[in-house]
Amino acid sequence: MSGSRSARKSFVTPHMRNIPRSGIRDFFEIVSTRKDVISLSIGEPDFVTPWHIREASMDALDHGATAYTANHGLLELRQAIAGYIAAGFGATYDPRTEILITVGVSEALDLAIRAVAGPGDDVLYHEPCYVSYAPVIRFAGANPVPMTTGVDSQFRLTAGMIESAITPNTRVLLLNFPSNPTGAVLPRSELEAIARLVVKHDLLVISDEIYIELTYDGPMNSIASCPGMRDRTILLNGFSKTWAMTGFRVGFACAPPEVLEAMMKIHQYTMLCAPILSQKAALEALRNGDPDKAHMRSVYAQRRNFIHGRLNEIGLPCLLPEGAFYVFPFVGGFGLTAREFSLRLLDEENVACVPGTAFGACGEGFMRCSYATDLDNIKEAMRRLERFVGRLRPAAT
Amino acid sequence: MDELLKLLRQNALESPENLARLLNQPVEEIRARIARYEADGIIRGYQAIVNEDRLDLNRVRAVIEIKVTPEREGGFDKVANRISRFPEVESMFLMSGGYDLLVFVRGQTLQDVAGFVSERLATIHGVVSTATHFMLKTYKDQGVLMFTEPTHERIQVSP
Ligand SMILES: Cc1ncc(COP(=O)(O)O)c(C=O)c1O
Repeated sequence: MSGSRSARKSFVTPHMRNIPRSGIRDFFEIVSTRKDVISLSIGEPDFVTPWHIREASMDALDHGATAYTANHGLLELRQAIAGYIAAGFGATYDPRTEILITVGVSEALDLAIRAVAGPGDDVLYHEPCYVSYAPVIRFAGANPVPMTTGVDSQFRLTAGMIESAITPNTRVLLLNFPSNPTGAVLPRSELEAIARLVVKHDLLVISDEIYIELTYDGPMNSIASCPGMRDRTILLNGFSKTWAMTGFRVGFACAPPEVLEAMMKIHQYTMLCAPILSQKAALEALRNGDPDKAHMRSVYAQRRNFIHGRLNEIGLPCLLPEGAFYVFPFVGGFGLTAREFSLRLLDEENVACVPGTAFGACGEGFMRCSYATDLDNIKEAMRRLERFVGRLRPAAT
Repeated sequence: MDELLKLLRQNALESPENLARLLNQPVEEIRARIARYEADGIIRGYQAIVNEDRLDLNRVRAVIEIKVTPEREGGFDKVANRISRFPEVESMFLMSGGYDLLVFVRGQTLQDVAGFVSERLATIHGVVSTATHFMLKTYKDQGVLMFTEPTHERIQVSP
């Protein structure tokens, strides 16, 4: 009897087998066995896409827009993006050669990494961070090098931290501010210090700015607008968070022509183009969606104030996040790991929050709470969390 | 509009403590500001928004367009003032365009409203003509949709 599956070696490459499962997926599987959970674990807006944006998609469907678009995406949309980035973020791009429409920032990230990093290259990124970064770097055969941030720097990355992580193999620096899961934002001065370092060491920056429109307390700063950076930055942004369009799967990359062309090569052979109905919706968002994004931003900002206030009252200290829609409280004061805390909270109070370790080892002791959910849910979750912490506290002395 | 008023318009039952947290301001200040809005007549009351179609009230609502002759002194205000006193009148506005006053009324029956228009409104000195439209169904009232939108469940945990 030859060829029994267990005896035979796996069909899957060792390379893929070595990539760990996402901590988010693990947690999802536990949560999905339960009913009536209040979830603060959701990394997407709770708003439904604004009606006029949905309507643009429906109109396009009515008019028979069911075909491929140019590989780069609709030129009209690329032009609108060029205007949007120039006006809002201070970097100018040629819509014909420097902008690519992608299937979300997810695809853009993959293209960017594959275009500029390969075997032997180190890619620096900061933790705690979005779950995709390390795996996507590995898919490209490159070497993910995390830099740890913590409360002492308010989860901000500093030029000093980067400087000490740079090696002769460092090619790329991957940034995500405002950050998922911490909500940290970098001040302009720090971005400029980082930019000087990047120029000095001849690196390239991939900047995932998907949450940039959800910056609450100050100006929105893109590193692409720092001196010397436009030509060594791949700027990634999209429509998922800003206009509550996660299901449309549409994002974009802006980069100098040579880099964009390399990304485009992968895109044309693997994706062909982003869905046309989503591109039409994205165009409507850029043309007429300013009031919607402003409204959603102000609602998030109020919820942020609320949840930040309540968590600190409850005795789970957290920084006031300056962006995105997450708070990252410290839950390590009760003799439990982040995972144990999250699982017991789920078990005893039916509230789901992702343990900080899903975002990197340095997330130990923390928990990500998303406030992209209705205020009533947040209130009830905080009541339950307060009760839970009240029970833990006597034991923690 | 000020954020506090916006929040109260969405939910007048929100506690001052929660309003304070949402706006990141001391609760005493929130209380004082609400009191000031009330005293200044900017906040004129708090009401539940009820979907009356769901209650078996057997009531009818109508909108009436009224043309009036303005008076030498006080213009439209004098007639408008009189009309606005009727308990049947729920809301009322001075309008630009083809007529002058737009009046929202309610009554027990169609005859009720018809009687109100012909006997009490039309007979007022200064009222030139009226056009009455009965409302058939409420889709949205005071910014609130009266049908429940189907909600699409998001996945419970996502990155
Ligand atoms: C930091 C970050 N980057 C990228 C993405 C993916 O976004 P998209 O929907 O555009 O693929 C997410 C989604 O959660 C995110 O949090």
